[in-house]
Amino acid sequence: MSEFLQHLVNMLVLGGTYALLGIGLTLIFGIMNVVNFTHGVLYTFGAYIMFIVVHQLGLNFFLALPVAVLAGWLLGAAIELTLLRPLRGSDIDTTMLVMIGAWIAMQSGALWIWGGVAKSVATPFPEAPLVLGPVSVSWLRLFVLAAAAFLILVTYLLINRTRLGRAMRATFQDHDTASLMGVNVDLIYTSTFAIGSSLAAAAGALLGPVYVIFPQMGDLAAVKAFAIVILGGLGNITGAVIGGFILALAEELGAGYVSSGYRDAMGFVIIIAVLIFKPTGLFARSERVG
Amino acid sequence: MRAALTILAVAALASVPLWLRDPYLLNALITTGIFVIGAMSLNLLLGFTGQLSLGHIAFFGIGAYVSALTSLGFDIGLPGGFRLVHEPWPPILGFVLAILFAGTCGYFVGLLSFRVRGAYFVIVTISFAEVVRLVALNWVELTQGPLALTNVPSIALPLAGVGELTLRTKLQNYYLVLAVGLIAYLLIARLVHSHFGRAMRGLMENETLAVSVGIDVTRTLTLAAVISAAIAGAAGSLYAHYIRIIDPEVFAFINTVTMVIMVISGGKGSLAGPVVGGLIFGLLPVALRPIMAPEGQWIAYGGVLIAILFVLPRGIVPSLAQRFAARRSGKTPLAPVALAETGVKERV
Amino acid sequence: MTVAMTIEQVAVRFGGLVAISDMSFTVGEGEILSLIGPNGAGKTTAFNVMTGFLEPSAGRVTYQGTALNGLKPHQIADLGLIRTFQRTSVFPNDTVYDNLLIGLHRQGRVGLVDAILGLPRARASERKLRQRASELMEWVGLERRAHDAAGSLSYGEQRLVGVALALAAEPSMLLLDEPVSGMNASETHRFVELIRGIRGRGITILLVEHDMPMVMTVSDRIVVLNYGRIIAEGTPEVIRNDPAVIEAYLGHGAARA
Repeated sequence: MSEFLQHLVNMLVLGGTYALLGIGLTLIFGIMNVVNFTHGVLYTFGAYIMFIVVHQLGLNFFLALPVAVLAGWLLGAAIELTLLRPLRGSDIDTTMLVMIGAWIAMQSGALWIWGGVAKSVATPFPEAPLVLGPVSVSWLRLFVLAAAAFLILVTYLLINRTRLGRAMRATFQDHDTASLMGVNVDLIYTSTFAIGSSLAAAAGALLGPVYVIFPQMGDLAAVKAFAIVILGGLGNITGAVIGGFILALAEELGAGYVSSGYRDAMGFVIIIAVLIFKPTGLFARSERVG
Repeated sequence: MRAALTILAVAALASVPLWLRDPYLLNALITTGIFVIGAMSLNLLLGFTGQLSLGHIAFFGIGAYVSALTSLGFDIGLPGGFRLVHEPWPPILGFVLAILFAGTCGYFVGLLSFRVRGAYFVIVTISFAEVVRLVALNWVELTQGPLALTNVPSIALPLAGVGELTLRTKLQNYYLVLAVGLIAYLLIARLVHSHFGRAMRGLMENETLAVSVGIDVTRTLTLAAVISAAIAGAAGSLYAHYIRIIDPEVFAFINTVTMVIMVISGGKGSLAGPVVGGLIFGLLPVALRPIMAPEGQWIAYGGVLIAILFVLPRGIVPSLAQRFAARRSGKTPLAPVALAETGVKERV
Repeated sequence: MTVAMTIEQVAVRFGGLVAISDMSFTVGEGEILSLIGPNGAGKTTAFNVMTGFLEPSAGRVTYQGTALNGLKPHQIADLGLIRTFQRTSVFPNDTVYDNLLIGLHRQGRVGLVDAILGLPRARASERKLRQRASELMEWVGLERRAHDAAGSLSYGEQRLVGVALALAAEPSMLLLDEPVSGMNASETHRFVELIRGIRGRGITILLVEHDMPMVMTVSDRIVVLNYGRIIAEGTPEVIRNDPAVIEAYLGHGAARA
């Protein structure tokens, strides 16, 4: 029982960051109809920004997180402006392949710049974990959970309480109508991609110090993001949050009770199972047929 | 005209070992040829049915492992305390089994994944390949996991009355790959110009209309998936017996991307496209090697993929065909690919 | 008159929205029957149900004794029930000629091995298909455009390709969804002749159309739908004078009849 409680706690900590990853990806798909293969690279990028700010610039750990978010925002906006805007109106296969090209180039770029050796980030938190009865959790992971929850809340408010958010939702419903109603769709697309990218970078900045940082770390993160988004239904933000926690639970239980070698296979298994049995995702909005 | 061009191209390829003595370049040509076969099989799905399968390397890798294990033998435990022991068989049987096994996998994967389209289809195919990779990595008893299957024997051709001819040299393997590639090319050409190919094209262009004239979506797409997977399996088998070592890295996503680049750059939906694109991108690393670090090569790869999609979205072969046709007729035809590929000429 | 198709108490609901509430009628063998009604009356929905693109919420459709419920569109096409679509429906990147070859799918089934090895059986079948495609092209008057991409044709010509495609599938009953919308008067006139010619070959025709003069000229019988219900049924004469029909159309301000 105590083992199970520990798994639940781990799930909560992991699930928050997964939700961040998933929201970023699902926003971009829902609004822009782009399958963003650079999502994982932005996750890696966020982690390296964390490393650079803390170790190369020698600045405060807590300052590094907003810097990573901002850097992710800028890089995302740059990708959208240079690669996606010129392809507006192309079919989804073309944008997917362009994003794959960008992913390969950027990941190899990271390898070139930072080398293949894994790096770790020193944190200001105490080594000893917080022990509560049968479960223990490190202070760093608690901070990660709190920060992820905060960022999810900010995203939620941004989408539901601001003018930009309203325009994003209108574009999500029907971008032709939105543009007729005076929404600057180009601006919305760039903002969406930048926001989604900054969330991926934030997830990387948060999980980077928990694990280690290396150029290919984003690949698995990307797969997980895809699994989360498929679980929640492409374009569904609440679904992405729930999907993030479900994936975290599946991984914890898979690693704890099946075999740790297959921990990272859980994401793929979920993707295949969902697509075979319920292709619209678990939380898809009902669509009118015909 | 087209036939003449094809014969000329085959003759040119067949003559290469006569004047190219550099073993390093010959080796690059052989591995490129194997990947070209993989790219041709991918083109059947990507170019002729419009399904962007990004898990294609799975069938290549499955073919490689099936062929290697058939010729090496294995001894594994099964649930319930049973053991499955397989004594080594001749590699040529491995080649046949690789085709059959990969084709069967293609059937089941097709049956399941064609239930979804677009982004979903892409993601489910990627996931399939990754799951296969993780199995190859973790089922150590069968696959040796990351330690790789080593000493895979070379393919031996049974010759009536003479015995066997083991294909050890690069020269022999070059002609083997060329022969298999030629057969695959002809098979795909016949298929896409047949009644089945028309059904595939119909589905790609207008699925609703296609089913309304009686085309069975599942049957048509699954057929394409089986043939495509079987050819990829054949390529994988050639790879295993030529390289003679096979590890789970064969399933790496970057290998699928390589094939996709070959198809897209050469021209999807054009028979010669993957061959042209494949030769360019298979040999590009050879050209880049002296001047670039491996990371640089990959950056170039990604950059070139993007550049092709921006500059030549239809690919090299269709663009050239269009220019050629325009020069001959003096006007720009609307659908040169369709015209060139459908065999209308028989009537003209 | 033998009955070709029976529609019994068919209802279609999308969530809370009722597209068809309760529809029953029959189509006779060799008949030209028109289904008319104001926009949103449920005509295209009815077509989708009859051709397997939509499963009805209740009721059943029977064609020549076979219940269609649960059959996929391609299986229904195999029964000889072929439709055209409201919007342009061609294979745009293929030539007109190749469009027809694709449409001849049902006639060209040969074994995979025959096809790949190019065995005599496959060759003979191909020859027959090519012959048939040329005939069809001539019949709808598109032989000049044979080698043009279908997507490059005019709107009216694309409609003709659509019909030729449907005919290529050898229908015993043809369902035409607003075939003359967007055609000019002379094109429409030619199309009416074409429809008569198709019926002359013994093919039953079910027509959905807004062009009332055309419907009145060509139909043997008319079924009028409004708000998902049948409000009238009969010969053009009867329909022309039916108060409920006049009301339905005038009430919608679309009294083209």
